[in-house]
Amino acid sequence: MAKSIELVRQPETIYIKPSTGLTALNLRDLWIYRELVYFMIWRDIKVRYKQTVLGAAWAIIQPVLTMLVFNFIFAGIAKVPTDGIPYPIFSYTALLPWGLFSAALNNASRSLTTNVSMVTKIYFPRLVLPLASVLGNLVDFAIAFLILIVMMIYYKVTPTAAIWTLPLFILLSIIAALGVSLWLAAINVQYRDVNYVLPFLTQFWMFVTPVAYSSKVISPKWQLVYSLNPMAGVVNGFRWALLGTPTGPNLQLLVSVGVTLVILVTGLFYFRYMERTFADMI
Amino acid sequence: MATAIRVDHLGKRYRIGAMQTRFHYGMLRDVLMDVAMTPVHVFRSMTGKSMRGAEKFSYIWALNDVSFDVQEGQVLGIIGRNGAGKSTLLKVLARVTEPTRGTVSVRGRVGSLLEVGTGFHPELTGRENIYLNGAVLGMRRGETERKFDEIVAFSEVEQFIDTPVKRYSSGMYLRLAFAVAAHLEPEILVVDEVLAVGDAEFQKKCLGKMGDVAQQGRTVLFVSHNMSAVLRLTQEALVIDKGCLMMRAPTAEAVDYYLSAGHADAGERIWEADEVPAMAAPFTPISLRLKDMRGTIVDTVRSTESAAIEFEYQLSAPTTGLRVGFYLSTMRGDYVLTSFDTDEPEKFEKFSARKAGRYVSRCILPADLFNEGRYSLGVNASSFAVRRYFLDENALAFNVDVSGAPGTHWPEVRVGPIRPRLDWKIEKLD
Repeated sequence: MAKSIELVRQPETIYIKPSTGLTALNLRDLWIYRELVYFMIWRDIKVRYKQTVLGAAWAIIQPVLTMLVFNFIFAGIAKVPTDGIPYPIFSYTALLPWGLFSAALNNASRSLTTNVSMVTKIYFPRLVLPLASVLGNLVDFAIAFLILIVMMIYYKVTPTAAIWTLPLFILLSIIAALGVSLWLAAINVQYRDVNYVLPFLTQFWMFVTPVAYSSKVISPKWQLVYSLNPMAGVVNGFRWALLGTPTGPNLQLLVSVGVTLVILVTGLFYFRYMERTFADMI
Repeated sequence: MATAIRVDHLGKRYRIGAMQTRFHYGMLRDVLMDVAMTPVHVFRSMTGKSMRGAEKFSYIWALNDVSFDVQEGQVLGIIGRNGAGKSTLLKVLARVTEPTRGTVSVRGRVGSLLEVGTGFHPELTGRENIYLNGAVLGMRRGETERKFDEIVAFSEVEQFIDTPVKRYSSGMYLRLAFAVAAHLEPEILVVDEVLAVGDAEFQKKCLGKMGDVAQQGRTVLFVSHNMSAVLRLTQEALVIDKGCLMMRAPTAEAVDYYLSAGHADAGERIWEADEVPAMAAPFTPISLRLKDMRGTIVDTVRSTESAAIEFEYQLSAPTTGLRVGFYLSTMRGDYVLTSFDTDEPEKFEKFSARKAGRYVSRCILPADLFNEGRYSLGVNASSFAVRRYFLDENALAFNVDVSGAPGTHWPEVRVGPIRPRLDWKIEKLD
């Protein structure tokens, strides 16, 4: 048998003892297991549309159908103002980050309970599971983005110079989804109520996010409260960078970013704190 | 030689059965108070702290003050009954669960064969699952690539390597899963009941693989109910019972201690009144016991020793033509034998009519009869061609351990339920 490099490597001594109080985040361990994150993402993508007829086309069909329904209700019947942008592209631009966020939130919140055997049988930083679930949705996002490009050509919309900020807004939505799902995934280990809360939460969250309407319909005195929702900042940013709506970075966005970071950091610590009980409770 | 594992006063406590007394149906005020306080309790338990924890839950110590060292390159056996704490110990070593007390230091990567198939996805092909499982077990991609052919050859599923594993038979699935785990090459290997996986041929390969690992100077912890395998593969063993380390000794001594230690629940079946159908009257079964030579109730008998089966019952009215006996079958459901207490004509003469009262029918299972494995005892009380009073096809299960039986110097699994000591003569003819 070929002697592998791994064997020659001096083994490391690991100390196992009961942890007390707040635990260090131990992000170094997560770095060591980065390959596992990659493989979990790969697995999620690989199996997502297995045994479906339409396959990856679902990544397009879902937002497009939602856009058509919205178009019928909000543009046809309710006639919501769109800052002069054609409604289909106005809503689709928002549906993209929203779809990314809601799918990431739903998958990641269930990531521990759908991988019970991994949690109860082997050691790895548990953060791998929600992290991989969130990142795996970027592929669907990229596929759905192609339709946006087609629509922009069709409606002759030129992206603004601020398009370079788009990755930052994507990052913001990823971080928001990760932060919230860290809380929910950890709670879900003990209280499966989370499974029932998620659909309502997602639905409610969409109503308080300017997906179907413009954030301008919110009266100025509520704007600050409204921007406590990180996704409001993301959607406004998307429209600003791609369509040139006057919803660029301002104080509200700063609030959104602040809220997101608070959720992420508290979520990380809560997750790490509860991690020790996962294998026993799940 | 360095210490590979040092376990120091290790304890693991589990919370069992929430004895909920949420609504005590007292005054409405109490109930409302309780409801109002619910978010507080939920929050407390979310953070792992429960003010009322002591009243609401009871605890068991799955591991209690366990200390031992394992040297690098040692192959250590761990034996104990189901629920003794073996699995908990392995989980703590593998860092799956945290100890409640004490510390463990582990030098090197711990790989375990109790993780077979973890992370396998039914929709992925065998090839894809090998890579995925490798990553799950902590292998680098290059490492998996290097060992890929070896893993496939070991698993014997070459033909189906590009088929989704959901189309595999359960045997193929287990073999592939085991093959990946077996090629992990950790510094410390934990083997938990490999013999439960696959057919005899494959088990042989697994044990061979384990032997290789030990020869390369890596540490192995071997957990098994199969005493002959433990005897064959380890020099030293731990005996764990009820979470405590009972002894650490050379394997032969430890196995001897384990097999002879009495155990009240297993090895005995007691029928409660509500388990006996009314139509069994006047026959009422009381208990069925399996005892070793020393008269201790056991769930594992050694094939080199005789054992006794005792069936105790009550007759509430005089009965004629009665015969009481047992079926013995393998766990796969194949019958090995059937025997009744009045099989001998003179016994039938004497006991065919029995007065009301309490009886015990006892027989001896001779030594050197059974092969290793798990067997099931069923009981039957009937009058031939007249009526059947009572039947319980699976009253009691027990293990047969073949340490010291004929042919155990070869590390192999012998097929067939019996393993008699036959009198061979070898003659030179020319």
